[in-house]
Amino acid sequence: MQTDAFSCDPFVVGKSKPAGTDRHIPAEEALCPVVSHDWVNSEYKHLVVEASVKALAVKAGQFFNLLCPSPDAGDLWLRRPQSVYRVDQANGRVEFLYKCVGRGTRGLATLEKGDQLNMVGPLGVGFTLDPAWKNIVVLGRGVGLATLAPISQLAGEQAIGVTAILSARSAEFVMTSELFEEVGRAIQVLDSDGTSAVENVEKILEQLVADGKADAFFTCGSNRLVQLMKRLGKKHGIPGQVAMEQIMACGLGPCYVCVKTFEVNGVKELRRVCIDGPVFDLQEAVGW
Amino acid sequence: MVDMSVKIGSVTLKNPIMPASGAFSTELAQVMDINRLGALVSKTVSREFRIGNPTPRVAELEYGMINSIGLPGKGIEYFLQHQIPDYKRFTPPFVANITAQTPEDFEAMARDVSLPEVDVIEMNISCPTRDPNGGNFALHEDHTYTVVSRVRRATDKPVWAKLSPNAGDIESIAKAAEKGGADALTIANTLLGLKINTDTFRPSIGNKFGGISGPGIKPILLRMVHQCSKAVKIPIIGCGGIVKVEDVVEYMLAGASAVMIGYLTFRNPSGMIAIIDGLEEWCNKRGFARVADLTGAMIDEKPAETYASAAAPIG
Repeated sequence: MQTDAFSCDPFVVGKSKPAGTDRHIPAEEALCPVVSHDWVNSEYKHLVVEASVKALAVKAGQFFNLLCPSPDAGDLWLRRPQSVYRVDQANGRVEFLYKCVGRGTRGLATLEKGDQLNMVGPLGVGFTLDPAWKNIVVLGRGVGLATLAPISQLAGEQAIGVTAILSARSAEFVMTSELFEEVGRAIQVLDSDGTSAVENVEKILEQLVADGKADAFFTCGSNRLVQLMKRLGKKHGIPGQVAMEQIMACGLGPCYVCVKTFEVNGVKELRRVCIDGPVFDLQEAVGW
Repeated sequence: MVDMSVKIGSVTLKNPIMPASGAFSTELAQVMDINRLGALVSKTVSREFRIGNPTPRVAELEYGMINSIGLPGKGIEYFLQHQIPDYKRFTPPFVANITAQTPEDFEAMARDVSLPEVDVIEMNISCPTRDPNGGNFALHEDHTYTVVSRVRRATDKPVWAKLSPNAGDIESIAKAAEKGGADALTIANTLLGLKINTDTFRPSIGNKFGGISGPGIKPILLRMVHQCSKAVKIPIIGCGGIVKVEDVVEYMLAGASAVMIGYLTFRNPSGMIAIIDGLEEWCNKRGFARVADLTGAMIDEKPAETYASAAAPIG
C-alpha cells in the first residue's frame, strides 16, 4: 500500500505518540510492530504485535480492523476484521490466530518480524461473564476457537470452570488445545475420526448439562454447532453467546455493510456485527 | 493563522471538511473528536422503515470500493425522536439528508425535518442503485427541477441537492436544481458499477449493481465539479475519492466551496481530522490566509499555441 498517497499517518507504537490522547475516544488507528509471525499448521498463522495502550484494553470477543498488506501487485482498499486470540499485558502485546483463506489474510501472512501492522481498535461488543456462573462450556470450530480463547482465559482467572469442545477437521487443526487445557478441560472432536458429528457433540453437551457443568454456552466458527447449542440452550434454559463474522467496511457502525439477521419473539431484524456485536445472544442468532 | 471557515450560502462552516452521507454517524466518536468537523451529515432518512439490500453489501475494488447498502433506516419518526437529539449532542451544524420516492413525499419529508435543530436539508436525489423512476430524480432535468422546487417551497432551511454522476449531462441537472431553488449542490453521489466474482460467476455484491467510491473516481467527479461551477452561481460541495489534503485543494481549485469525505473514513477512520490539520498546514505553507480563497482558483487560460507551448521550458 502506498501510504504516502493518503494524508493520514497513524502513530507508531513504541516510537511516536498517538494524536488523540483523549481518554473518551476508546479506539484509534496505530501502526503496530510485528514481534513474531509463525505458521502453526498448513493453514493457520499466529501473529504477535506490539500494541498501544488503547489496544491493550481490548476485551474478550472484541476485534481490530486490520489494513492488510497486499499479497499481489494490487493494493487492498478495505480493512479486514480480526478477533483477538490472546492479550499479553505484561509484554504489551496483542496476538491473532487466523486462517489464510482470502486475499486479505494471504496479504496479512506476508508480514515479517519488524514490519508494521495498521490496526484500528479495539472495536465492538465482547463477551460477558456473569459472576453467578460456576461452569461454562465453549464450543468452537476450526479457527473460531481462537475467538473463544480470551473468554476462556478470563473465566479461568475468575475461577469459573471451563469445558472447551474443540472441533476440527483433524488433530493438526486443534492448535489451541494447550491454551484451553490451562484453564479447564479440553475435549477434541474431529472429522477424521467422526467424533465431530453433530449427534456426538450433542451427547457431550447433554452430559455436561446433566453434570451441572454448563451454566452458560459460548460458541463461534460453525453454523451447525451454533444451531445445536442454540437448541440445547433453549431446551435447558441455558444462556448463550455467539461471536459472529461478516464482511465489513468501516468496522465502526456508520456504513451498515456488516448486517446479520436476528430474531426476537418471532420478529426478524438486522443488526450490525461491528457495533451491535460481534458477540450476540445465542438465542437471537438466526445463522452463523 | 489561517481562516479555515467557508460559507455555503447562508451557512458558515468552521472548516470545509464534512463527512459524506452514509459514511458518518455519531458512532465515529469511537475514533475521533467529531466536534472538529465542518458539519455533521446524517445517513439518508426515508419516511418508512427500510431493511436495506441483501449482503454482501460491499466489495473491494482497485482504487476504492463498490457498495449497495439500500438506505436502511428506521424511518422518519425514529429519526426525529432519537437520531436528531443524538446529533445535537455535538456542536457542528447539522445537515439532515433525506430522500423519498415521489416529489409529494419529498416535499412532506422536507417539511417534517424543518426543525430548529436542523441547519441544512440535503436532498438525496441520486442513490445510484435505486430505480430511475423510484427516487433517482437527478438522472433527469425535469425530475430534478420538479422535486427541488417542491422542497424549496416547503421549507425555509438551506437546501443542498446531491446530484448523480450517472446523469449524462450533469451541467443541465445542476442548472435545473439551481432553477428549482437549491442553495448549493453536492457533486456527487457514487458512480454506478458492477463487479463480478470470477470464481463464482456471480456479482460480488448482493444487489448486483453498486455505487463506486474511492480515489479511482476522483478525476471524474473533479471534472464534474468544475463543469458545474461554470454552469451555476450557487456554491458547490465536492465529493468523491478524497484521501489526502491535495485532493481537497484540487476540489476547491476546481470550484468547490467545501468537500465531503466517505471512503477515506473506511480506510483511515480519523482521516477527516488529519485532513483538517493538513489543510491548515498546507495553507500556511503556501501563504493562504483564507482557505476560501482556493475556491475556483484554478488558472483557466485558453490553451497556448501548440508550437509555442512545446518550445517552452518545462516548469
